Amino acid sequence: MSSITYLEAIREAQYEALKENPNVFLYGQDIGTFGGAFKATKNLGREFPGRVFDAPISEDAMIGMAIGAAVEGARPIIEMQFADFSSVGFNQIVNQAATLYWRTNTPCPITIRLPSGGTAGSGPFHSQSMESIYAHYPGLVILTPATVEDAYWMLLDSVKLEDPVIFCEHKFLYYHLKADDFGQSMPIGKARIARPGRDATVVTYSAMLHESLRAAEELRLDGYEVEVVDLRSVKPMDTDTILASVARTGRLLVVGEAFPWGGVTSEVIARVASEAFHLLDAPPLRLNSKDTPIPYHPNLWKSHRPTTSSIAAELRKLLRY
Amino acid sequence: MPSAASKTSTTAEPLAEFREDFLKALRSMVLSRTLEEKLGSLYRAGGRIVGGVYLGRGQEAFSAASGIHLRWGKDVYGPLIRDQAGRIAYGEPVIDTLRTYLGTVTGPMRGRDGNIHRGQPKIGYMAMISHLGSLLSVVAGALFARRLQGRLGDTVGATSIGDGGTSTGAFHEGMNMAAVEKLPLVVSIANNQYAYSTPTARQYACENLVDRAAGYGVAGHCVDGTDLLECVKTFRAAYQQARAGEGPQIVVGRLLRLGGHGEHDDASYVPDLQKHTHEGRDCLAVAQRQAVEHGWLTEKDVLDMQQDAKREVEQAMGLVMKEPAPDPYRENWQALSTAWLVEGQEG
Ligand SMILES: Cc1ncc(C[n+]2csc(CCOP(=O)(O)OP(=O)(O)O)c2C)c(N)n1
Ligand SMILES: [Mg+2]
Repeated sequence: MSSITYLEAIREAQYEALKENPNVFLYGQDIGTFGGAFKATKNLGREFPGRVFDAPISEDAMIGMAIGAAVEGARPIIEMQFADFSSVGFNQIVNQAATLYWRTNTPCPITIRLPSGGTAGSGPFHSQSMESIYAHYPGLVILTPATVEDAYWMLLDSVKLEDPVIFCEHKFLYYHLKADDFGQSMPIGKARIARPGRDATVVTYSAMLHESLRAAEELRLDGYEVEVVDLRSVKPMDTDTILASVARTGRLLVVGEAFPWGGVTSEVIARVASEAFHLLDAPPLRLNSKDTPIPYHPNLWKSHRPTTSSIAAELRKLLRY
Repeated sequence: MPSAASKTSTTAEPLAEFREDFLKALRSMVLSRTLEEKLGSLYRAGGRIVGGVYLGRGQEAFSAASGIHLRWGKDVYGPLIRDQAGRIAYGEPVIDTLRTYLGTVTGPMRGRDGNIHRGQPKIGYMAMISHLGSLLSVVAGALFARRLQGRLGDTVGATSIGDGGTSTGAFHEGMNMAAVEKLPLVVSIANNQYAYSTPTARQYACENLVDRAAGYGVAGHCVDGTDLLECVKTFRAAYQQARAGEGPQIVVGRLLRLGGHGEHDDASYVPDLQKHTHEGRDCLAVAQRQAVEHGWLTEKDVLDMQQDAKREVEQAMGLVMKEPAPDPYRENWQALSTAWLVEGQEG
């Protein structure tokens, strides 16, 4: 019986991190007594007195503070209430944290948790996927766990890394996704074949993994075996695993929930096109959200983001070519 | 005056207790001015310094009077653009400035960043990024971590900002956070009347920037930034209060930027009249006069101090000129400290 949710995995990883290392502390809005907007830090303030702090609504100062603390040997985990609000701390993330090691030879071990992605009714400012934006900047590690296991182990790994990590945890998976246990840890920076196949490759990550797996299942009924690659970490990106998959299938669809202009999906296509053009039997395709702000009403939202059926439709197009 | 703010008293006190602070600050001011004159002439000569040159002329007294309270390797310091004098007072060797301006590999920034963007975060000396206001929360975070780790002790933190930088959201967020956490932090606001070319009337609408201290719930101090003795007194009080656990201290110094925003800027927008006001006087000349008047230095001592500074700068310059520039083929082009996570490299 599956009992642990993706959200519980994130809470447990923080519990473990706090237990393992006295230098770990948590800083975020409403995360203390209240346990966080999503309860990702439930009871942690009680279990670790003096280690879990409510922050003022100051995303810039929250990240700046974490950077200063990290320089002094602390291991801060910063919770953004929603990924969307990290835009207010953007400068500290991309200019202060991401440049620190390169400029000063001083590592910046901070973990920034971004509750990311769309859920019905969340609207334009509580639904964003920021991985592409942050991945653009040198000096950051961008993780996008799609499973309970990865949510747990990759968060623990993030805290141990000496570099700033943008941990994009998907809100849609918080309660929906369950597992029996935390399973096995896999190294950061390695993609995973989530479903083997031979006719086409879907490269994806985070919540879109599950939509893509369902689409692959749909295509199976048509007689196709679609391989699905879960990137796990979008930066660094495991190009080798992607290329190996494309070598097997000759066809590529890349699916991401972020906005369509540039970004992770374009990056995958660019790498495959320039490094493995000869392996392709069809033009590579990409599927993202629409190029508008994220809508509020569920009817609109469902057709704004890629879904099982829109992914299946793209796959059919790809396979017909 | 707001209730939380206290104006430094100027009633006659025995001055002997300030002699040591004053002379230490003055030495830093002289060295800073000498070094910056060298930087200015290198800039004008062209060739050696590739980027801009940003000087603290006219702000040395205010900067140094803060810097003398900071212990190299012990306290946390996040200086800004016009803090050459404060950096020297804190203990930064002159050669590090030259190495950073020339971008040699021997410098703390190894040619990866330049001019005033320098520091050694590992010892608590934060290296500013350009984005104004963003360093305050970093300095606060360092203090926060030390407290968390139980090693705050009598550590104090300090950072600076200009009148223009106080308008940033980052400054407000950082100031408020430091106040909430009641950190031992001294924040210098050098109100030099201009932010690049923008006069203060276009920057803020309150009467005095120190009025904001009350809003943050922190102590505020005002000082004549052209008067070293006053600066020494004010900063001593501010640091004492910060170290005594009274939370952040805002110190506003009134002065004038005696030069352009950078050496590329002739500051033709500063009216001549303003240069002849009280705030436009040269704090270094004032301080040298004060030293002689109080019998702390003779005229000859003043000259000797200048000669020593010249020698020190020339000596450092001689060394730096022979030091290697960075080599792009030997550079480690890696933005992560975790080598196996750098794309294109195998673990
Ligand atoms: C956030 C940000 N915006 C713009 C700039 C460009 N800039 C650099 S210095 C400066 C003026 C700063 O004025 P002030 O804070 O008064 O300091 P001063 O130069 O007078 O010492 C500006 C606009 C910057 N560095 N950071
Ligand atoms: Mg100014």
